[in-house]
Amino acid sequence: MIRTEEMILNVGPQHPSTHGVFRLVVKIDGEIITEAKPVIGYLHRGTEKLAEDLQYTQIIPYTDRMDYLSSMTNNYILCHAVETMMGIEIPERADFLRVIAMELNRIASHLVAWGTYILDLGATSPFIYAFRDREMIINMLNELSGARLTFNYMRVGGVKWDAPEGWIEKVGSFVPYLRGQLIGYHQLVSGNEIFLDRVKGVGKYTKEEAIQYSLSGPNLRSTGVKWDLRKDEPYSIYNRFNFDVPTSEDGDCLARYHLRLQEIEESLKILEQAVEQFPGEGPIMAKVPKIIKAPKGEAFVRIESPRGEIGCYIYSDGKKEPYRLKFRRPSFYNLQILPKLLKGENIANMIAILGAVDIVLGEVDG
Amino acid sequence: MSGEKDLEQLKKEAVAKAKAAAAAKRKAMELAGGSAPAEDTAAPTASAEPEASTPASDDGDDLAKKKAAAVAKAKAAAAAKKKAMELAGGAPPAETAEGDNAPAGDDAKAKAAAAAKAKAVAVAKAKAAAAAKAKAAGTSADSDSDAAPIGGDDEKAKAIAAAKAKAKAVAAAKAKAAAAAGGKADATAAPAAEAKPSVNQAFLDKYVKVISEHLGSDVLEDSYINKLSKDVPTLVAKRDTYYKIAQFLKYNELLGFDYLSELHGSDFETHMEVYVHLFSYKNRQSVALKVKIDRSEPTIESLQPLWAGAEWPECEAYDLLGIKFPGHPDLRRILLGEDWVGHPLRKDYEPYDVEV
Repeated sequence: MIRTEEMILNVGPQHPSTHGVFRLVVKIDGEIITEAKPVIGYLHRGTEKLAEDLQYTQIIPYTDRMDYLSSMTNNYILCHAVETMMGIEIPERADFLRVIAMELNRIASHLVAWGTYILDLGATSPFIYAFRDREMIINMLNELSGARLTFNYMRVGGVKWDAPEGWIEKVGSFVPYLRGQLIGYHQLVSGNEIFLDRVKGVGKYTKEEAIQYSLSGPNLRSTGVKWDLRKDEPYSIYNRFNFDVPTSEDGDCLARYHLRLQEIEESLKILEQAVEQFPGEGPIMAKVPKIIKAPKGEAFVRIESPRGEIGCYIYSDGKKEPYRLKFRRPSFYNLQILPKLLKGENIANMIAILGAVDIVLGEVDG
Repeated sequence: MSGEKDLEQLKKEAVAKAKAAAAAKRKAMELAGGSAPAEDTAAPTASAEPEASTPASDDGDDLAKKKAAAVAKAKAAAAAKKKAMELAGGAPPAETAEGDNAPAGDDAKAKAAAAAKAKAVAVAKAKAAAAAKAKAAGTSADSDSDAAPIGGDDEKAKAIAAAKAKAKAVAAAKAKAAAAAGGKADATAAPAAEAKPSVNQAFLDKYVKVISEHLGSDVLEDSYINKLSKDVPTLVAKRDTYYKIAQFLKYNELLGFDYLSELHGSDFETHMEVYVHLFSYKNRQSVALKVKIDRSEPTIESLQPLWAGAEWPECEAYDLLGIKFPGHPDLRRILLGEDWVGHPLRKDYEPYDVEV
């Protein structure tokens, strides 16, 4: 019999496949992981503490830096929370701009997730393809907001900038383009045998476990829970659009991989309809007071970000700054199941499992 | 807690306003020429408030002026007295309660005096406004307003000016009243909106009923619909029954809240609070569970045995607020690290290392 010895292996915090400054301390016995301990907090900037001294509009740039791959949803959750408390009605055009921006951002985020996941598993070129197409989205959002990643685009009551001329048409023509690209993505990767061997049946968990561990987004839907806040607790104008909520029963890494690609397709459907129904003109800001003061009380709202359920809790004492602000950050919650998934796994699967969770460290650390 | 704060804010505002008014008045008096303490200049003095269009001027001896003058008389007298004293080289008397110069010191007495003065001004304003209103309704030809063209012979222009003055005065009175009423306004507006029961009221009633049937009627401190938070049914548990209620919410067949969406703590200075947002995938319903805990020794049972997803959020609450969760398998400083001193989200947090 082969004698094995337990050893400790440290991964990160500076490691390309941890998608940021994430550290993982794993105990391995031979090639089998006996214990894995995530160490986080390297990117903690104290957003919630800082926010207590800032006016609501001033907090928006800070939300950009939480989940920096989908800043639009972060912008939205804060504005949405304040608007819910104040009972502000958003003009139609602003709602359309918000939804288009958020869905474009969702696609961009999923493209990064897809590209980097394949990169983690050793294939370089899909990553380049994904980033090429993502770049087109980033450019469009840049035209809209003036920034490539940290958009700072939304405001309480609407959006900061109207769409430049011809922008909506540009989004419209991007939809069929990306549909064509997606076929190529599938041809390139989805049927690849080496890829399938690495991800099929790996990192499996059940529906009950997913719910127990507070997972959300594709991580939850990969186990067969048909739940998407855009559909089931509609916010903004999502109830006007026709789209599906893709689910899978497998609960493994491959299921999560496929779900993200399918969600891109659903987002494209939403974009197509939004471009079609886009109102010709109208205000992009509701009438809001110059200094925004949320009424006394508390509110917790949640929406669907690319990574899952993002929430915002505000306790206001009627001042222009929040008394307490808390973000429910989906990556933070989704990462909790990792030690359980890694236990007993082969060390080679570690990166495959971590990558499929799709974390953004800015969001994990808050 | 926050009520007191508001009151303090209000007080500060009132004091600032009163001070500004006093300054304006002093200036006006100086402009009018120091030695004019005569009775008939009382009205202009009173009208030299920041909102300079209060209906009182020096040529008419009508009703409004009389009223305004009567109210302002005491004030003007005090002002004249003070002025005289100043001219005489004396220090301003400390007991200028109805006077115009709030002393620089901000002790309680000065505050009270300033507040009282502000009130008096508001009353005077309101009265003047009412008088102006009455007059505008009756005879519109009085040249009682500063805005009226002096020596103007057009009746219409005068009427317009009078109406304008009236509107202005009313607005001023309103603003004053609002400032005086302060936060009370929104407090009275809230109950009016609660007339219609929420769509979630039935769910809340159900939860409360099931809980009180199984756990007793005294386990909940409070239960309400949170209007601000998309009408989520909110339960406030007692410190001792928090875990029992959470357990019940999860395992009871009628409730079945299988998903913990959010858990966090907050520091409310008088107490700490843990806020839990639960969701049931079976019934597609949300509930918020809150519990107040002692601030000096914040301890509350961990929910990790019920929902594994509570593990890291509880670590976060421990890290940033110092709330301890007995029953938690691995309570650690998840974000800041074990060597961090203090809990930053506490309201009394002082950074250990100011350079950080």
